[in-house]
Amino acid sequence: MNGIPMEHGLLLSAALFVLGLIGVLVRRNLIMILMSLEVMLNATGLAFIVAGSRWGEADGQIMFLLILTLAAAEVGVGLGLVLQIFRRFHTLDADSLNGMKG
Amino acid sequence: MTLTLFYITSAVAVFATVMMITRLNAVHGLLYLILSLLAVGVLFFLLGAHFAAVLEVIIYAGAIMVLFVFVIMMLNQGQKTIEQERVWLQPGIWIGPSLLALILFVEMLFIVVFGGSAETGRVVNAKQVGIALYGPYLLAVELASMLLLAGLVGAYHLGKPILKTTKTGERS
Repeated sequence: MNGIPMEHGLLLSAALFVLGLIGVLVRRNLIMILMSLEVMLNATGLAFIVAGSRWGEADGQIMFLLILTLAAAEVGVGLGLVLQIFRRFHTLDADSLNGMKG
Repeated sequence: MTLTLFYITSAVAVFATVMMITRLNAVHGLLYLILSLLAVGVLFFLLGAHFAAVLEVIIYAGAIMVLFVFVIMMLNQGQKTIEQERVWLQPGIWIGPSLLALILFVEMLFIVVFGGSAETGRVVNAKQVGIALYGPYLLAVELASMLLLAGLVGAYHLGKPILKTTKTGERS
């Protein structure tokens, strides 16, 4: 095994994940929340790639492919929801959407 | 040598992500997010996952980011849009992302020119991935296609001009 230690790769993946989580928790703009979600999904993919590289197996990349599919579907549906929310409430502030009907 | 490149790229990725979650403007955040994704793509290459690196650049930094840009531009209609874009695209905004992109580009050139000395990690090439993907993981591929179909139908339904609403904007 040359080069990159697995611990450092996993550490970077955890750091990116936590940064994305902070973004989801702190930001109130719906588009920024979706972008932070992308960062989180990307960090999990990085963890899989690091593990796949460590053992020289293809499974890591396959899990990354599945995560990519999930991210694409999630972004499509999420941005559709954002469009609907903007058309109804004329805002993208997540805190202003706290009212429920019924 | 690979290790040095790895640490530089990691620093770029973390810095771009921090800048992304602290930007007030969604477009500026998007610029840094693209940088973060490109940096992770370079990391994939350094880790020996070349196929995943290509997919990261094409699908994440390409297709999904275009979707974000599309929606951001759709949400800013009207007369003030031109003024807004002029403010968004000030030259100073581009300096940070351009510098980070330049770092990644230099790394890429370095890997290409000194391909021998900048050895990447254990390479798992696209052929192995493909064989595993259509062998033991065939069911997962089918499930992924179902997920994409569900996403397509959901996005089509949600993207319609307006669902059943009254004039006050509440669900009737």
